Amino acid sequence: MTLVIIIAVVVVIAIIWISIYNSLIKYRMQTKESWSQIDVQLKRRNDLIPNLVNTVKGYADFEKTTLQAVTDARTSVNSAQGPAATMAASDQLSGALTHLFAVAEAYPDLKASANFTKLQEELTNTENKIAYSRQLFNTTTASYNTKLQSFPSNIIAGIHHFEPSEFIAVPETEKDVPTVKF
Amino acid sequence: MLYEQIQSNKRRTIVLLVGFLILIGIVGAAVGYMLLNSLTTGIVGALIIGAIYTVIMISNSTNVVMAMNHGKEITQADQAPELWHTVEDMAMVGQLPMPRVFIIDDASPNAFATGNSPKNAAVAATTGLIAIMDRHELEGVIGHEMSHVRNYDIRISTIALALTAAITLLTNLGSNWWFFGSGNRNRDNRDNNSSGGGLQILLFVFSIAVMVLAPLVAAMIQMAISRNREYLADAGSVELTRNPEELISALRKLGSAKPMQNVDPSSAALYISNPLKKKAHLFDTHPPIEERIARLEKM
Repeated sequence: MTLVIIIAVVVVIAIIWISIYNSLIKYRMQTKESWSQIDVQLKRRNDLIPNLVNTVKGYADFEKTTLQAVTDARTSVNSAQGPAATMAASDQLSGALTHLFAVAEAYPDLKASANFTKLQEELTNTENKIAYSRQLFNTTTASYNTKLQSFPSNIIAGIHHFEPSEFIAVPETEKDVPTVKF
Repeated sequence: MLYEQIQSNKRRTIVLLVGFLILIGIVGAAVGYMLLNSLTTGIVGALIIGAIYTVIMISNSTNVVMAMNHGKEITQADQAPELWHTVEDMAMVGQLPMPRVFIIDDASPNAFATGNSPKNAAVAATTGLIAIMDRHELEGVIGHEMSHVRNYDIRISTIALALTAAITLLTNLGSNWWFFGSGNRNRDNRDNNSSGGGLQILLFVFSIAVMVLAPLVAAMIQMAISRNREYLADAGSVELTRNPEELISALRKLGSAKPMQNVDPSSAALYISNPLKKKAHLFDTHPPIEERIARLEKM
């Protein structure tokens, strides 16, 4: 009888252990997936920029410094290592692009070009997706980190060396999370 | 809060289905009594039609609802880049699969979501919405619709819509033919002697009452499930976009817009803002826009 009880207890603990371990894996996978979302969008933007630069170059007197800033920022996104540095470089590039589109307002011919309009929509879309995938990354990171710290999953996380995921800082111009209450 | 909302929506879907089947049974009894002088035939017939209709509607809801509302599906980003990309963004940040996207050719700005699960969802926007809203406002509106998808509001409201339309159909049949039906009954009466006359008058009055009340009851049930969800979807939209201002300014534009030209009345509750002309309070499909804005401003 005692043997049966011991076996039952061991089995129950094993089941709990496995299910917590699996849910930790799932949460960690979600943070990785949402990071790869960001990565995809960053690459996509970097692919679009040469097109944009070529389109804009055609307009003779377009500010060289603005274009240079975009090209430089693109290079630094490519060479940045690790999430924090990559996102800092990405913010630089976002700023440079915003400036470029603001300057473009002064060029009616450029604005009328179908190619430019299309690129502008594509880049706006990519910028939005970067912002939203970053938000998603922070959401998944928050749930994963909460899981790592709460009982009893923290014990299993400790034994199996799950490392907390790091948040990506949101630039100051972006809005705070409002509290949703009713 | 989200989890409870989803659970409660799934539970209420069942309650609603059962409630509507009972109601359809009653209406069927009334119609059957007037047309065929038989309560059972009416009840059985209505339940069979109701069941077939419900199954078809649930399995094919998106296409049916879109056809009712003249929505045209778009399958590529180029067809409406702003709308397509906004839906993509909101689906991504809400961790939902990309829904099907439809456009309704109507100058009045409006939007709705339908489908029976997040995997099987669709979002529709009018051409007026795309024209009038800037990108941020569009995000607010689409965020609201994607919250309906995530909360399973789409399942309950699509089923409610299907069943309301079925009841309306049944009672229309009944009220169009009741002269014909009552003629039949009088003839039968004479043959059978007039011993059951008192009961027949009672049933006759009951039939008329059901025919008048059923569409009202159906409409009220549909609206009862829809009003609070609008506040929740507004909150959900803000959770996705992190910006209440976008939705507030979108709602202001929606509030001052003209009614839609060619809207299916039983779909009215699906839309983000009431697409019909203003009516009495009891039958409002939506909470007042000012109240929604006031709640958003408190966030």
